[in-house]
Parts: sequence; structure tokens; C-alpha cells
Amino acid sequence: MGNSVIIIGGGISGMTAAGILVQQGLDVTLLEKENETGGHLARWDRLFPDRRKASEVLDFVKAGLNQVKIVTGVTVTGISKHDYDFTITTRIQHPASSIHSQFSASALLLATGFDLFEARKKEEYGYGIYNNVITSADLEDQFKSGKGILTREGKIPGRIGLVHCVGSRDEKVGNLYCSKVCCVTGVKQAIELKEMYPASEVFNFYMDLRMFDRHFEELYYEAQQKWGVSFIRGRLSECAENPDGSIILKTEDTLTGKPLKMTVDLLILLTGFVPAIGTSAICGMLGLKSGTDGFVNSADSHTSNNSSGVPGVFLAGALKGPISIGEAIADARAAAVQLAGYIKSTTAYND
Amino acid sequence: MIKFNLFVLPFSLGLIYIVYSIIIHYYRWIKALPAVDKVKLATGIRTPSKVTASLKEIFLEGLIHRKLWKRNPLLGYMHMSFALGWFLLIVVGNLESRIYHGAYINAPYYPIFLKFFIHDRLVLFFEIFTVPAFFRFIMDFLLLFVLSGLTLALIKRKQSKWFGMKQTTQHSLFDRVALSCLWMIFPMRLLAESYTAGYFGGGGGFLTQNLGNLLIAVTPGPAEIIAYFFWWSYSLVLGLFFIMMPYSRYMHIPSELLLIVFRHCGIQSKKWGSSFSDLEAHSCSRCGVCIDACQLDFAAGIRNIQAVYLIRGQRDQYITEYIAMTCMICGRCQEACPVGIKADSLRLIKRREIGSGQVSDFSYITSTHPGFADVVYFAGCMSHLTPSIHIAMEGIFKKAGVNYLFMDQDGSICCGRPLMLAGKDKQANELIEFNKTLIRQTRAKLLVTSCPICYKVFREEYNLPIRIQHHSQYLLELVKEGKIALQSQHRKVVYHDPCDLGRGGNVYEAPRELLGKISDLVATEKNCADALCCGGSLGLMNTSIQKKDEVTRNALQSLLKNEPDILVTACPLCKKTFSKHSQTEVRDIAELVHDAIPGRNILSTRAILETETVTS
Ligand code: SF4
Ligand code: SF4
Ligand code: SF4
Repeated sequence: MGNSVIIIGGGISGMTAAGILVQQGLDVTLLEKENETGGHLARWDRLFPDRRKASEVLDFVKAGLNQVKIVTGVTVTGISKHDYDFTITTRIQHPASSIHSQFSASALLLATGFDLFEARKKEEYGYGIYNNVITSADLEDQFKSGKGILTREGKIPGRIGLVHCVGSRDEKVGNLYCSKVCCVTGVKQAIELKEMYPASEVFNFYMDLRMFDRHFEELYYEAQQKWGVSFIRGRLSECAENPDGSIILKTEDTLTGKPLKMTVDLLILLTGFVPAIGTSAICGMLGLKSGTDGFVNSADSHTSNNSSGVPGVFLAGALKGPISIGEAIADARAAAVQLAGYIKSTTAYND
Repeated sequence: MIKFNLFVLPFSLGLIYIVYSIIIHYYRWIKALPAVDKVKLATGIRTPSKVTASLKEIFLEGLIHRKLWKRNPLLGYMHMSFALGWFLLIVVGNLESRIYHGAYINAPYYPIFLKFFIHDRLVLFFEIFTVPAFFRFIMDFLLLFVLSGLTLALIKRKQSKWFGMKQTTQHSLFDRVALSCLWMIFPMRLLAESYTAGYFGGGGGFLTQNLGNLLIAVTPGPAEIIAYFFWWSYSLVLGLFFIMMPYSRYMHIPSELLLIVFRHCGIQSKKWGSSFSDLEAHSCSRCGVCIDACQLDFAAGIRNIQAVYLIRGQRDQYITEYIAMTCMICGRCQEACPVGIKADSLRLIKRREIGSGQVSDFSYITSTHPGFADVVYFAGCMSHLTPSIHIAMEGIFKKAGVNYLFMDQDGSICCGRPLMLAGKDKQANELIEFNKTLIRQTRAKLLVTSCPICYKVFREEYNLPIRIQHHSQYLLELVKEGKIALQSQHRKVVYHDPCDLGRGGNVYEAPRELLGKISDLVATEKNCADALCCGGSLGLMNTSIQKKDEVTRNALQSLLKNEPDILVTACPLCKKTFSKHSQTEVRDIAELVHDAIPGRNILSTRAILETETVTS
């Protein structure tokens, strides 16, 4: 039992760490609440900045999982710690029955990730009310389906709007932080839409464009120069629906200082990150602290960003805040190395 | 046969001062009334029904403290024992003094210090059934009554929690001096009367005589001089109290009497400060009830802005902008206030003073003829941020076959309330005139709004010749008239009273009746006039979102205690505010009504609307 590890969360971070840890000869069990591993990445069609297929990255990560015990469709209901051992109880998610099981481990890795902001909370944008308002994740679903992007009425959208910062940087919904990756996702999706429908007009409504990583700024230039995407600086205030299903946007162009009204056929909301719904319960079981934004705090954000502060419990990925796929993989590897080191030291001590 | 002693002077001077001061205050308040109000007052005090009503209220509120009793029995008893006890001591004391002199008019100090002058023994057994003995008994009983209140007051200062009060008012220097005097008055009287009765072996009742006998027995020294010392002290604290009164909160006693008369004559608070507001400010007893009612206090930890502090600022002509602006104008405090002071109006007056002088430009609104309809529907700018509300309303209008006009369909019109809350009344009036023209042009008989804020403003500021309803009232009417049939969805719901619809518009029953027809309505901890504010108030302008969030979360906790499926409200702003923090679904009553219309396949609201448009 000295070398068993439990990873909670089977998204990109959890899977990456699992692959590294089995390579180190550890006994790894991966718990996932959904029926499939892969997390949000599994839903995505192509990735920024180079628009490669998300499935390639997913396949790469999954390839390392042969030795990993994967248990899906379970929720963690309790965690207790005795000396160096953890006991985890889970419940199988089933509407009719609930089956409880127990797992033991010498170390835990939390990789519970994030949820996408519930766009319905921004009711003024009309998600769930107006048919032609969708989220960036819905758009990825449609890209993936390969059926083309059509309005609910079955028409090619002649004019498309993408709204940045939906549920992020917005005191009114209680999220002050920037979700970091939605800007570049918005640029990527704008380009993909133009690729698909060169004759359509695409508008991105933004507050700031945060092109923080390598090749992002270039992608932004490409969107404007090569694809003719229009970027309008201003926060969308509200939407309404025309009888034909098109969407009226009200915003202000803060560069020209004028109120702006515009009709689009399709509106895409770039929803941001929020802490995953189950994370706070797990934190409660372990006595871990979250920040005011709800994301989990590590022991030290510079020097011990994968330690939780509780010996034997490590953190990886977006449960600590918004990150990109590349960063999630790097962070998960770092966490795996630390966790393996911890197991080594404790077994040596125990012997 | 009236006697005199030097020690009565402090009391007498104090009395002259306070009577003079009250007359001056009354005179100023009445003189400064606007002409219309003066006429109201002059007719009012000649109308017997108004006079009787005033007297009744003065008795019930000034002496018995009925409203305070209802709110907090312990506090009610405390205030009553002081007010009624003291009042009766004066009245009964006066009657008692008449046994010993025959004049119609006596020196005011004589009944007050009667026991100094009269201390005859009742020797014979049957004398305890005589009139003097009767009076002595009553007077001692009343003194005990007042002292019981005093004991409670002392406990309250130290342990306000025992009174169910979390906070007690932070008092100013004058208040504390006056308070100390007030608290000394009755113990001094007790000691003075007891020592005298003990020394002379007579003149006291069951309390003072027995206590006096005991004191003489246990305290060494010349009893006569000790007694005399206490008589001086008694007179001094009384005199000092009277002199401090106009500068302390105790001015509320005479002020409230006049306030009650003013109100019964129909005089009300004005948009700008008036002597009525000043009188209201003087009528605050600083009881602190408003502090405990305020969510900014108990949910967000914001102190020193509550009604009592605003009013004190008003009295001292010193209200900071911080106090004026930090308030949700939720009306909870004025609902709770036993004196019935309209603190929200006072606060808005102050905001007007601060806000005037700022300009804004409405030249962008252009007027085109809106068209004709039977019903004008005004969603309100807030409902445009919660479109499911007006979509539901439109669906219902169509289902009921109503000839309606969606006045602010493109969302560019505002009722004017946000400007008013910011104290910018001039600008608000421009908007109001513009909207009135639009409404008049439609020739509608009824104006329906989805927003309680607009509802309040339409009724109070627009002076429209047509009926005005909030949609909860309107929808209930549609059901009663058989224009829409509803089928209960049997979801467990709670109802949140929006501030401006409940306390502001007195609409409590219509939404409940409506919900009773379409859902399983369960109770909440606080409701109707006592309902909490959602925390989203437009009135709170200078407070951080974090503080507002605390108010919201606290309110949600209370509302969701019974674990409903849906939290229902009747205000777009409440819906939006609660949605931010609620895991439970939050919906407007109109949405629920729309869902309860049979034969609706819940695809998307818009899809339904379209099929309805096609078929109609
Ligand atoms: S990354 Fe861009 S869109 Fe996303 S929250 Fe930050 S600024 Fe807004
Ligand atoms: S405003 Fe009313 S409730 Fe508040 S202290 Fe004054 S009298 Fe009491
Ligand atoms: S109106 Fe509401 S927020 Fe303002 S002081 Fe009164 S109780 Fe507090």
C-alpha cells in the first residue's frame, strides 16, 4: 500500500499526472465523476493557437494510461487520513441506486479542474432564451459534429458576434478574475468561422485582448489582416431577439464613445472558468483553503504551487485557476514529480 | 397654605426653561410650514374627529408605546413604565396635593415635592382606608413602576442582547448627560421621600415609609440633613434634565406629540427639507429599533448609517455624504420605527441636496407616436436584463387576447427612479414628462409594469389618469376574469417580497394568491412588511459589491431555509441579484404563470411566442 496514489479528476491534468506516476512504478487509481475521462478537452474540436485537433493531444495523454486503474462515474463523498494513509469513499452516480466503495492511498492528487460559467446567469445575453445565442463550448460541439454552423432556423449566419469575458472580469456575476484563455479562443473561433464562411461578417466584442502567450498576438493580427475579423472594444450590455430569430446587441464602442446597436444572426458567448462545483466539498474534507475567487490556494503560488499544505495531498491544473492546455500538462507533470518524491521519502522513512 | 423652600428653585427654573423652549420650537415648526400645510393644520385642529384621533394616538404611542410593545415587549414595557408612570405621577400627585390646599392653581413644584411639606402620621388603624392613605399607596406604586423601567434600562445599557437587540444606539455627549440626569431623578425621589418619611415617622406609603424606617435605622448621621440633601439633589437633577432636554434626544417627547397632530391633519414629508422633516428628526427617541432592522448592519457589518444616525445628523444639521448615500432605501427601518419616521424620505431629501446641480442630457430621446392600445406594458429597464420576464408577459398577453402595446420594447426608456435615488430630480422630471406624453398618446386605460420600482414611481410621481398595476396584480385579475386558465405545476416555491412592491407599494396578497393557484407555496422566515431586501438595491451607490453580496447571501440563507424548488420573486432586480448567488432556481412570478398555462410545450420561450404570434 505504500506506493498507491489516488487522482481525483480525469481531465487533462489528472490523466497527464497519472501517466507520469505509473511510469514511476506507482499504483495509480484515477477517479472521474463523468462517465468518460478527458474533461473539457474531449469536447473541444481544435486548439489555439495553431488550430491542431484537440483529439491528437487527448490521444497522446491517454496513451500513457494502460497501467492506470480508471473508475468513472463516481463522486467522492469522504476522505479521511490516518498517519500516512488516506481512505476515500465514493458513490456511484446513479439515479436509482447509489453504490458506495472505498479506496486507500498513500498520496492524493487533486485535479478537479473547472466548470464553464453558467451563461444563463447572464440573463441579459439571452442564453437559453434566444435560440441563436450559444456558448463557445456549444460552438466547439458544432465544429466537432462537422455539420457546419447554422442558425436555429437552418441558415448560414451572415453576421456573427463573439462576446468576450462572459462570466469573467464581471463584478455583477461575482467573478473579478480574467479567465485567460477565452480571448485567444475567441480569436481562434472567429478565424475558424471565417474559414468556413468567408462571406460572413465576424465581430469580437472585447474589453481588453489578452494575447499573453507565444503566437497569440500573431493570431490576433492574422484574424484582422488575413480574415477581416472586426474587433470592437466595449462590453455588451444586453440583447434582444428579432421576430426572425436574429439577435439585437446593445453595447458601447468605448473607443469612439458611441452607443452601438447591431443585429447578428448568431451570437457566441465566450464563457469563462469557474471553480468546479464539487471542489469545495473535497477541500472541506481535507481542510484546504480557497481564495475569494473560489479557486484552491496552493501552499505557495511561486515556490510550492503543487503542494496543498496538507502532507501527501497535491494539486494540479485548473482547480487553482484558469490555465491553458499546455500549461495544464506542464503543471500536472510538476505535480507528479513532487508526489513521487513524497512517496519515496515516506516509504524510506517507514521502512 | 403653599409652602416654599429654596431647594425648589433648580426645578422651577428648569421647568420655566423647558416650557419656554417647547413653545419656541412649536412656534418655529408651525410658522415654517408651507401655506398649504398651515391651512391643513388650522382645519385639522378644528375637526373633532382628527383631534380625537390625535389624542388617541398620543395616548397609545406616547404613553403606552403600543408599536414598540408589538415589536419588542420588553422595550415596550420599559418605555411605557417611564412615560406612563411619570405622567401618572404628575397627574395623581397633583390630585393628592389638592387634599392639602384648596387653591385651583398651585405652584408647579408643590405637588412634585409634596412629601417634603406634608408628612403627617396616619396613626389610627382605620386611617389606612382614608383618602390620603390611598394616594400614598398609589404614588408609591407608581414610583415602583417607574423604577422597574429604570432597572430594565440599566440592564439594557449593559446587556442589550437580553432585549433581543443586537445593537444599541451610540449616544452623543448631551444625550449621555441628559440620560444620567433622567436615571437619577427617580432614585433621588425615592431616597428623599423615604428619608423624610422615616425621619418624621409618617407621610410615606408602603414603599417609602418602610424603606425610610429602615434607612433611619441603619444609617448614622442627622437624618433631617440627609433628607434635605436628597431633596436638593432631586430638584437639581430634574432642573438639569429639563435644561438639557432641548439639546438631547429627550426632545422627542414633546416633538412626537406635535408630529402626531401634524400627521392627523394630513401634513406629509416634502421633496425638499421642510419643518415637517425637522420635526420628524426631533421625534426620534433613538430607541435603536431601526439598527436591528437594517441588513447593512446585521449582514454586511456597515454601522453608523442607519436611520437613527441619519436622523441625528439631520437634527444637528450635519449629514455626511457617506451617510446619505449608504443605504438601500429598502424601507425596513421605517417599517420598524415605532414613531413612524419616514427615514427613506429624509435620506432622499439629503440626496437631492447633494445631487442637484449635476446635469445630464436627454436630447437623445426622440418622440414618435407609439400607437393605440388598451393596455400599455412597461417592462422597465431592469426587465431588459432579465428578458424571460417580458417574454413571459408577452406570451400571456397574447394568450389572453389583450390589445397591448410594449412601450419600452427597445429598452431605451427609463421610469426616472434611478435618477431620483441619486438625488437628480430635475433630470428625472424631464424623463417623466416625456413618458407621460407617450402613455397619454396610446389612450390606454391601464398601465402594467413588470418592475416594482417603476410601479412605485408611476403611482407616486406620474399623476396619470389611468390605472396602474404591477404584473402580479394584473395577472391575478386576468385569472379571475377567466382570460387565462392555469394549471398548478405543484413545484415547491417560496415567495420573496420585493422592497418596492411590498413596503413600497403595499402589494403583498396578489402574488401570494396567484402563486397559490399554480404552485405549492411554502412560508419563509421573514415576509411581507418584514421581508428582507435582496441587496441589489439601486439606492446603495457607494458600497462595494462585496458588501452587497453579503446582504444577498444572508437574505438567501433565510429565504431558502425550507428548501424550495424555486425561489419566486416579482422584480427583475431581485431576480438578477439572487441568481448571482443562488444554487436554487430563481424566477419571476410572470414566468411561472406563463409556464402554468396548459398546452405549453416548454421548448424555448421564444419558440412558443412565435407559434403564438403565428396563430394569433
Ligand atoms: S481572457 Fe479575455 S475574454 Fe477571457 S476573461 Fe480575460 S480578457 Fe476576458
Ligand atoms: S428612527 Fe425610529 S426606530 Fe430608529 S431610533 Fe428613531 S425612533 Fe427608533
Ligand atoms: S432603508 Fe434599509 S438599508 Fe437603509 S438604513 Fe433603513 S434598513 Fe438600512
